Amino acid sequence: MLKVHLPGPGLYDEMLQPDGQCRSHYETYWRWLNQTEEKTIQQKKEEANLLFRRVGITFNVYGDEDGAERLIPFDNIPRIIPATEWQQLDKGIRQRVTALNAFLHDIYHEQRILKAGVIPPEQVLANAQYQPCMQGVDLHRQIYAHITGVDMIRNHDGSYYVLEDNLRTPSGVSYMLENRKMMMRLYPELFRQQRIAPVERYPALLLQTLRESSPVENPNVVVMTPGRFNSAYFEHSFLAQQMGVELVESADLMVRNGKVFMRTTTGPQQVDVIYRRIDDAFLDPLAFNPTSLIGVPGLLSAYRSGGVVLANAIGTGVADDKSIYPYVPAMIKFYLDEEPILHNVPTWQCRENNDLRYVLDHLEELVVKEVHGAGGYGMLIGPCATKAEIAKFRELLKARPDNYIAQPTLSLSTCPTFVEAGVAPRHIDLRPFVLSGKEIRLVPGGLTRVALTEGSLVVNSSQGGGTKDTWVMEEGLC
Amino acid sequence: MLSRTASELYWMARYLERAENTVRMLDVTQTMSLMPLIDADNSELIAPLTITGTHEPFIARYQRVSMDNLLSFFCLDEENPSSIFSCIRMARDNAHAVRGKIPSEVWESINSTWLEIKVLRKKGINSNNAQAFLDWVKERSHLFRGATFGTIMRGDVLWFIRLGTFIERADNTARILDVKYRVIQEDEDSVREFYRWNALLRSVGAYEAHQTLYKSLSRQTVAELLILRNEVPRSLRASLEEVEQLLAQIEGNAGHEPRRLTTILNANLRFGRIEDVFSEGVHNYLTRFLTDIGAIGQSIHRAYLEAL
Repeated sequence: MLKVHLPGPGLYDEMLQPDGQCRSHYETYWRWLNQTEEKTIQQKKEEANLLFRRVGITFNVYGDEDGAERLIPFDNIPRIIPATEWQQLDKGIRQRVTALNAFLHDIYHEQRILKAGVIPPEQVLANAQYQPCMQGVDLHRQIYAHITGVDMIRNHDGSYYVLEDNLRTPSGVSYMLENRKMMMRLYPELFRQQRIAPVERYPALLLQTLRESSPVENPNVVVMTPGRFNSAYFEHSFLAQQMGVELVESADLMVRNGKVFMRTTTGPQQVDVIYRRIDDAFLDPLAFNPTSLIGVPGLLSAYRSGGVVLANAIGTGVADDKSIYPYVPAMIKFYLDEEPILHNVPTWQCRENNDLRYVLDHLEELVVKEVHGAGGYGMLIGPCATKAEIAKFRELLKARPDNYIAQPTLSLSTCPTFVEAGVAPRHIDLRPFVLSGKEIRLVPGGLTRVALTEGSLVVNSSQGGGTKDTWVMEEGLC
Repeated sequence: MLSRTASELYWMARYLERAENTVRMLDVTQTMSLMPLIDADNSELIAPLTITGTHEPFIARYQRVSMDNLLSFFCLDEENPSSIFSCIRMARDNAHAVRGKIPSEVWESINSTWLEIKVLRKKGINSNNAQAFLDWVKERSHLFRGATFGTIMRGDVLWFIRLGTFIERADNTARILDVKYRVIQEDEDSVREFYRWNALLRSVGAYEAHQTLYKSLSRQTVAELLILRNEVPRSLRASLEEVEQLLAQIEGNAGHEPRRLTTILNANLRFGRIEDVFSEGVHNYLTRFLTDIGAIGQSIHRAYLEAL
């Protein structure tokens, strides 16, 4: 028999209520789960691992001695979102991404939001991610973040919060697609019994969005990867293949007369749109990091003169900076004159004296993050930290307060997850992928990441997190 | 197609073909080593080292030429860049770099071969269990070829893969023949000679074809079949004809020089006579052939794979 552990007190669980009753949108699944042997789920899980390994759906780990290709642990219990709830998220995400793109256009042009005093100018202009070379550059359709990953969590009261916006090169969408493929293969009966919104259109929508980012009538789109040792190489290759476009490395590209060309067996061929999965700093050794071997000399100048489109634009990082994040609701009001649909997590900016004082006094309850940190590195989770760690962070904060923000420890919602002890609640988040072209497009769902260690709140794959399929139920039958 | 993609596909195919040819070479060596016919100077056992030009590194690592040592060196030795293990690793690296360009079935066949050989390597092999390993490599190679023919769109991806296969194959067949002819030429023993030609033909899968086409087995018939005739897929002429056709199918006009060289070499094979091969001397003939095939390989690189 299947052993199901109930969610902890005070936590919001996606499937089970505190009394062990399942939520209505999980009913079909719950009934199925209760008729299923633990052995069966275990077998399906092993089958999935074997298939993932054979197909090579892996990610590379930097500094790992052993050849370094690992599977991202895949959990085969889905995270289910009811249609009405998704509609609300969808609306909120569109609103947020619209405002973020407007913000990026504004700060690289008139800077109205700074002049109006909504955001302190030094927060933007002195930001390491602000790229002065983008000042005054006009982009087709004024789109900066063609692809955005909005990380969301659900708090103990059941309401969603945006944790961060990823406007540089958000990854994970290949896992969203592969997880779905795997679930349909392992559990066709569940898909027959329910109306689960499909996500398979994503690559087609991505290609459409990239094509729309160029004024050229029939643009030549490519995906640019740092190479096969990059941690997300599988995804780069996967997306290029699914879109039917070339996957290029820097050595495949060259700039001539303000245009970008790729080296082909039939001679140079012009490239109009580059979906680049390389950070700004490495794009062009002439303009940014001169030691970069993965960049293309002259790319920036070709880009600035409109010879090629980069997706995402250079300099989008300033909008997903953790010190800019607290201002996103204000951006929504400023540019759209609307109330924000999605909540921000309350954030203390340690650069402000009052905030810093509060943070130093409450370190045991707060999460402290580096402004530029990513991947779950360089953060303090107060309630889980040792005294020594807290003392260390206190010193770090005092030395460079502007480098940190702090947030209350939110109790991320949990979702039943198949672990050694049976089915047990684990913390999750959600990353939907948003495409901005002629219009904003997103497929229902996203990547659900899960912290596999009991009690852990860190869902990053580089920290041992896993993923699960995200099912948005279509109206009527959930 | 990106030049780099073409290059990865071409080399992926070359390394896989090389792995298969190494197996074929070991197969014939293994067969001969089991016969009570070995001559005193071990020339049969040394042959694989001569064919691949690896005598020195082998002796440096293994000291003594024995079947066990040869198997270890050519099958699973990571430090031997032409071992089957190394070839599969490199082919898998190439395939990994272009996995989006090849059908998943082709990629998966190569990736699973790599995953399995890593496991096999831990177990190790010797002359008692080697045959199963050699058969396995051949099967994996057949699987790759089958997946390639069965799933790849008939276009440049397929042409560059096939190009790598046939350039490598022509090179390998010429090397095996050259060494075998040098060993066998000096032999007076007709029984030994029969078994040697027999094993050589079987190693390239051409024994049945030989029996169909000829009445008896001799140095001349084997040389003619494997150099000048196009009925067996591993002969020099059959390989060159493929190369010529493939170059004609590749998109664009960059391939003038490799096409010129290939057409000349192919005409030599097509209109050549075995009497002329023997009067030039098989070794001289094959040495010239290896230089020519090397030049074709170089010009393919310049025309397509390193394009500016």
